[in-house]
This record gives sequence, C-alpha cells and structure tokens, in this order.
Amino acid sequence: MPATAPPVAIDRLVKIYKTVAAVDGISFTLKPGSITGLLGGNGAGKTTTIATIMGLVTPTSGRVAVLGAEMPRQRYQVLQRMNFESPYVEVPMRLTVRQNLKIFGMLYGVEDLRERIAQLGRELDLTDLLDRPTGRLSAGQKTRVSLAKALINSPEVLLLDEPTASLDPDTADWVRAHLERYCRERHATVLLASHNMAEVERLCERVIIMKRGRIEDDDSPPKLLARYGRRTLEEVFLDVARGGPQSEAAQ
Amino acid sequence: MRKRSPAVPAFSPRRVAAMMLRYWYLLRSSWPRLLDLIYWPTVQMLTWGFLQYYIANNAGFFARAGGTFIGAVLLWDILFRGQLGYSVSFLEEMWSRNIGNLMMSPLRPFEFISALMVMSVVRLSIGAVPVTFLAIAFFGFNLYALGLALVAFFFNLMLTSWAIGIFVSGLILRNGMGAENFAWSIMFLFMPLTCVYYPVTTLPLWLQPVAWALPPTYVFEGMRALLIHKAFRGDLMIDALGLNMAFFAAGLAGFLLLLRSARRHGTLMQTGE
Repeated sequence: MPATAPPVAIDRLVKIYKTVAAVDGISFTLKPGSITGLLGGNGAGKTTTIATIMGLVTPTSGRVAVLGAEMPRQRYQVLQRMNFESPYVEVPMRLTVRQNLKIFGMLYGVEDLRERIAQLGRELDLTDLLDRPTGRLSAGQKTRVSLAKALINSPEVLLLDEPTASLDPDTADWVRAHLERYCRERHATVLLASHNMAEVERLCERVIIMKRGRIEDDDSPPKLLARYGRRTLEEVFLDVARGGPQSEAAQ
Repeated sequence: MRKRSPAVPAFSPRRVAAMMLRYWYLLRSSWPRLLDLIYWPTVQMLTWGFLQYYIANNAGFFARAGGTFIGAVLLWDILFRGQLGYSVSFLEEMWSRNIGNLMMSPLRPFEFISALMVMSVVRLSIGAVPVTFLAIAFFGFNLYALGLALVAFFFNLMLTSWAIGIFVSGLILRNGMGAENFAWSIMFLFMPLTCVYYPVTTLPLWLQPVAWALPPTYVFEGMRALLIHKAFRGDLMIDALGLNMAFFAAGLAGFLLLLRSARRHGTLMQTGE
C-alpha cells in the first residue's frame, strides 16, 4: 500500500445493474483532510458510489482505491480505518447505546473502548442515553448514535449518506458543527452525500454534482456559483438537474 | 492522522466475541425470545412422548423399541433447532437492517459464520437441555444414557444444521427477505427423507439412495440400532461425518459465491423484500 496514497481515488468507475448504469464512468480523487459534497437527485448514483467505496458493491469496471487499497479486493486492509453513516442501515434498536458502541468498537478493533465510548458520549451529548435501548430514542438522538457508531474507530475516511435527513434544524446544525470539528481535529477525509444544499455549502470545500450516474460538475462552491451565475447551490443544483441553459453554458 | 499498523488479522477472536455478545444481548433483552426457544421443543416432546407411551402399552414391538420416538424427537430437535438457531441469529441482522453495518465493517465472513455457529449451540442448549430433563421426568427417557454415541449424534447433526444454515443465509443475502421462508421451512424437506421416525427400508426402493445421501439419515438409523438392538454403529457415524464434511464445504462455498453475487448485484444495500 503506497504511503502517500490518496484517501479515496476513483478511476472510470462503472456500475451496471442488469441494463441500467447506476454509475457511468466517474473519476475523482479526494485530498486528505478535505470535506467533499456529493450532490445529485434520486437515482443519480450517489449511494452506489459510496457503497462501492465501502466495498459493499463490486464495480462493473474501473478502479476504486481507499488509502491505497483496491476495493473490494483489499477491503480488509483498510475497513478498520474508515466508517460510514447511511439511512439505508440502522444501529440495532433492541440493544442499548452502550452495548451497540461496545460491539462496533470490538469489530473495529478499538483499544481502550470504555474510554472511547465515554468520550463519544461526552462529545455527542449521549452520556445520559448510553444505557437506554436505541429504539426508544428520538430521531435526533438516534442520528447522534449512528454518528457515534461512525466515529467509534476515529476513521481517517468517513462516508456520510444524508447524515442530517429528517432532523430538525437545530439538531442538524449541531451534527454539522460536530462533523466540522471532528474533521478539523483529526484531519479526516469526508465524502458527504446530501440533498441539503445549505449543508453542503457550509461544510464542503468541494462539490461533485452527479446526474444519471455521471459527474456533471466538480468544483468549489464559490466557483460553481460564479460559473452558473447563481446565488445559492440549490439554484445551481436545479440548473444541473433540469439541464437548463446555464448548465449547458457551464459545460 | 493517527498511524496504524497495516497488519490486520485474517481471523480475529475479538470480532467473533463481539458478534456473540451482540446475540447474547439480544436474547437477554427479550423474554418472549427466550421462551420461544424452549416452548416448541417441549410441546413436541410431550406430544410424541405420550403417543409412544400409548403405543408401547398396546404393541409388543414398540414395547421393545422403547424410547425410539422420544429419542427421534430430541435428535430431530437438535437438527432443526440447530439450523434455526443459526438462521434466526442471521435473520436478526436482516430484520434490524444491520447487515450493511456488518458487511462494511472489518468483520470477515468466516468470523460472522463462526459467531453464528456458536450462537446456534447456545440457543439450542437453552431450548433443548431443559426438555431432555423433562423427558426423564415424564417418560423416564434419559438421552444422556446414550453416552458417547450421543456426542457422535450431536456433532453430526450440528454439522448438517450449520451447513444448511450457512447456505440459506447466503440465499437471503443474495435474494433479500423474499428468501426468508427457506430459513423456516427447508429442514422440513429433510424430515421425511432422513427417516426420523421410521427405518430407511420403509421408503420406496428408488428413494432410499436419496435418504442415504443425507447425513442425518445415518444418525437416526444409528439411534434406532442403539435403542432397539443395543448396538452402536460406528460405521454409520463415520459415513455421516464424511457426508457432513462435503455438505459443510458445499454450504460454505455456496455462501461465499452468493455473497460475491450479492456484492455484484448490489443486493447488500437492499435488505428488504
């Protein structure tokens, strides 16, 4: 594994399900310590891209490497150094928060697990909830538990799929602030798939916009705004999604 | 960025322990789950036990063949509950939508399978051990009097139950919860063919080779030989072990192929129907 390998490197990735190309020849590389937004409408290929990076889906063609390891072939070399959060999976509801974090901590080989759980409890305001069954928590509290699970191994690469979906604005803002702080302090690399443009604008230094499995645009938020002549990322997103004149001009 | 060793163990007892802990917490968290483990084995043992008691008092052969029905019920339960214990622990991950978390964690397939195998023994023990004592109390049938033969029966039946459980869990990973029914019903296909309650010679001639291709058939024949003729048939146990090795290898290979297929088809992301 090269010592200077980028956290995530995707080269001409294609994923075809039967006859449908969910991802159609995308390439990008993430810089260490960066937060990158992955934007796109439903069916744009964001979740498949993230699942392929995690080694959950085998590419039809192309190459995906995480921290220098080829995915999914060499995934066990790096899975301990990465983690994810997604609305497509849940933390088991019948177990208490502490039990869940203990199990995932053991799976990820976390040392001094008791202290790590206590630390996450403090950081994510979960201390009073640690011994409650996860299923009895509110949606916001469950999201914080999912985030604690995603951070249990202090990942160098963190993949987040709609991390603040269905949260009230206050909780969502709280989660964003925590993510920002985590990435700054740990120099972690984050790929964030989201429909929330304000979230992406606030957190991400780079935005990749996908449509029908392809990358439509890829730049920093200020440059995207300037290129499309828009004031918000939401307007840029709508231009790209609807294939308006600005989108064609930008291309 | 924190430096870590690139050496990741190919098999980690700690990860296996983590999964066992997960299922133990789950069992502990719900008394209906615990009750369910013991309920059906008890009902079945009592039903067949009373039937045998009735027949034994009315027929000379059954009086000589004391305990074959209860013995068959208890051994069948090892086979059936062993597979169910494996499959239900696996299904818990599907029901709780946790399978994605596990498949994207460092947990390796062999570690996952090992934890499920151990938990199937734990679940079986919770359900079956009290029932064996009830069999002593109600019918004077002591399964433990089979001695070392019981160890051979148990080991062979567990190997078959694991082989089937492993293969079925692969089917569910590949096909989603639409394949869940296999977990509950596949073993019932084995019931008539493995001759749980009657000798293989009862089957039509053309079906007997099929029965002899299934490892549990040797166990149930061995059990009848022991209870009726007081003879331990080591040859049957060795044949069963040989077949079980083939079944277990096929179950593992099937699981790995289905898991690979699930990764290719993206079905690990869609764990619903």
